[in-house]
Amino acid sequence: MKDAVTHYCQGCGHSVIHRLTAEVIEELGIADRAVGVPPAGCAVLAYFYFDVDMIEAPHGRACAVATGIKRANPESIVFSYQGDGDLAAIGTAEAVHSANRSENITVIFVNNAVYGMTGGQMAPTTLLGQRTTTSPAAAGREVHREGYPIKVSELLASLEGSTYIERCAVNSVRAIRRTKKAIREAFLTQMNGEGFSMVEILSPCPTNWKMSPVKSWKWIDEVMTPYFPLGVIKDSRKGSKKDAG
Amino acid sequence: MLVKTVFAGFGGQGVLLMGVCVATAAMNEDKFVTYMPSYGAEVRGGTANCTVSISTDEISSPIASSPNYVVAMNNPSLLRFQHIIKPGGYIVTNSSLVNVELGRSGVTQIQVPGSDIAEELGAMRSANMVMLGAYAAVSNVVSFQSLIDAVGEVTGKKKKELVEFNIKAIKAGHDYAKEQIKKFASIEA
Amino acid sequence: MKNKEKRLMRGSEAIGEAAVRAGCACYFGYPITPQNELTEYMARRMMETGRVFLQSESEIAAINMSLGAASTGVRVMTSSSSPGISLKQEGISFIAAMELPCVIVNIVRGGPGLGNIAPAQSDYFQATRGGGHGDYRTIVLAPGSVQELYDLTRKSFELADEYRTPVLLLADGMLGQMMEPVVFNDKEILPEQLPDKPWTVKGAKDRPSRFIRSLLLDVDVEEEQNWRLYRKYQRIERREIRHEEYYMKGAELAIVAYGTAARIAKAAVKRCVEKNMRVGLIRPISLWPFPYEHIYKTAETVKHFMSFEMSTGQMIEDVQLGVKGRAEVLMYGRPGGVVPTPAELFRVISRAYNKIAREK
Ligand SMILES: Cc1ncc(C[n+]2csc(CCOP(=O)(O)OP(=O)(O)O)c2C)c(N)n1
Ligand code: SF4
Ligand SMILES: [Mg+2]
Repeated sequence: MKDAVTHYCQGCGHSVIHRLTAEVIEELGIADRAVGVPPAGCAVLAYFYFDVDMIEAPHGRACAVATGIKRANPESIVFSYQGDGDLAAIGTAEAVHSANRSENITVIFVNNAVYGMTGGQMAPTTLLGQRTTTSPAAAGREVHREGYPIKVSELLASLEGSTYIERCAVNSVRAIRRTKKAIREAFLTQMNGEGFSMVEILSPCPTNWKMSPVKSWKWIDEVMTPYFPLGVIKDSRKGSKKDAG
Repeated sequence: MLVKTVFAGFGGQGVLLMGVCVATAAMNEDKFVTYMPSYGAEVRGGTANCTVSISTDEISSPIASSPNYVVAMNNPSLLRFQHIIKPGGYIVTNSSLVNVELGRSGVTQIQVPGSDIAEELGAMRSANMVMLGAYAAVSNVVSFQSLIDAVGEVTGKKKKELVEFNIKAIKAGHDYAKEQIKKFASIEA
Repeated sequence: MKNKEKRLMRGSEAIGEAAVRAGCACYFGYPITPQNELTEYMARRMMETGRVFLQSESEIAAINMSLGAASTGVRVMTSSSSPGISLKQEGISFIAAMELPCVIVNIVRGGPGLGNIAPAQSDYFQATRGGGHGDYRTIVLAPGSVQELYDLTRKSFELADEYRTPVLLLADGMLGQMMEPVVFNDKEILPEQLPDKPWTVKGAKDRPSRFIRSLLLDVDVEEEQNWRLYRKYQRIERREIRHEEYYMKGAELAIVAYGTAARIAKAAVKRCVEKNMRVGLIRPISLWPFPYEHIYKTAETVKHFMSFEMSTGQMIEDVQLGVKGRAEVLMYGRPGGVVPTPAELFRVISRAYNKIAREK
């Protein structure tokens, strides 16, 4: 990590996830090979924080940009860092097809159930009953109007091409430790040339959830995880499975 | 005659509402008026401000290039806006929270302990209304009565008691500022 | 509360309310700053009125949803800001080709790329030259106040229906965010009060089936369709040019500016006039069709023009096309989301004016 103060709100999951990702890159000794692709989203300024090469992508296109980098220079370890609006709405096609091609990249997918940067609009992952500025009905998001929250991990896991997919959270010390391990597994998958890896991370957005940080940690346990179950969703690796550190 | 005012503070202090009230009052006095809030990423980090321009003529830019008045609800607001105030202009500070010294000359500072007065009245949250009253006393850009009416119009959608309380807060701020101004006048005389 | 009929409205809300009152039945949008307030306003109002609001998965989806809804004959609106409008261009080309009515709002922000969210006028080329692929135009209206946002939104729906063409409302973050008094000087129309359109695809009940397409493999047929569109655009050019003049009588230097820049120019021009300088303002309200003729006529007597834009200079090309070499065209621009002050522009104009006076 660079020596910079982040712009994230208090209690925001992005800061933790940045730190975990940076630590894994450091520990795996790949900082000089890593190239990151931050999204349009609250993490748009991630290049100020990560001390590795990075290139901005247009909103939703991070997987495509990462594909281009990896194909042009297979030596690099390429990761995209994307929000749920970025990956699961405007960038669904890019994510699905990168996974389907078994693109040898790693996706850090931050699911905070809202569009953080633009001010708390409904995201594809917004839960049923959750009120946002664009699902303003008293009953919040409702199936008949706005459909279901997308389970991105399960969706991508169903594709033959995806290799390692795990869903984690960052709302407790234990969960954070688990997340770090998952990120490590994902990068190892790429380092061993085994194809598409993704870690979905349930992450608090106290600002747009209009909750205190503590309350939002609880909300992840009580409301998010019942719908978005934690754990390894898919692991079809052959070589690296037992490397876990 | 063009008068520009910046209302600035933390998000949640209700500074945008202050601006909307003044703008509504000016509109009801048939003046030309624009209201321009800070928006987007500028808002992250918890500060908010808005600029109200009132004129007898069409208004070109709603942006605060050199405001005649600044109402600063907290320290960062004073620091940010003090240097763009027009010479001869005023800064009305919420002295309950603003404790940094004004870093320039040529403007008059009126200090009103808005948060304290609001707390005495029984609702900290109404510090913005106290400061709105103080601003009205200092500026006279809109009449006191039309400001009161505007506050009713803008905040009245929800509750009647709230309006009454707001008006009480405005009056308290107005009276306090009037006293301050008198003191100034006697010093200068 | 003397003036009941006036209400203080945010620019984005004025667009939204005008759309609702114009009988807009469907709105599709995707979040992007600085136009989220419009999307959020539509989310509330369309729900209240029982009409269609849908947050799409992308701007590409939003414009194609608009295309679909328009083909049923209802009034449709979509909105975005610069990067999102870029994504819509393919769809806009299809809508123009299929001759469907649709209103598209662009709250322009600083660019290129992700740029910033400050007010800018750097999408002028994209807006006025068609934007997408193929030989087509979109009507482009450029309001300069919240009242005009309201009025021209209504007008956009009317023009879209009349000419069966996409209409682009071009504003910026300043106009979208600011509040000004608005008077509703129109009559509210409900969607169901709008007349039926004879070309829609809603099912071939009691009539032969029909289709709407843009694929015309036979070059002769495509050529004929292009000429048909061309004749329509000529008709629009003859009838739909809108502009405003300010202190142009006896002016020796004409500032040309639209939207937010024109507001600033007005204040600067006024100061010039107060200082006995012969400076005036031409404010194009329709950017396409552009008031070429009017500028050409003006250039008979006015020998100096200055295009003033919040970009490095895009509309200046249209001013030059209008002037046709009859007069000098200067440029003053501030790109990147900077909103110049009237005082700054006044200094620029004074300098240019004095130079012109010396050379005379
Ligand atoms: C083409 C385009 N459309 C819209 C935007 C505006 N935009 C920026 S970030 C964002 C979504 C942010 O939500 P998410 O991806 O969930 O990330 P978060 O901020 O929640 O981390 C949007 C819609 C854009 N930059 N480009
Ligand atoms: S808005 Fe939400 S996601 Fe964005 S920085 Fe703040 S807490 Fe984090
Ligand atoms: Mg998100």
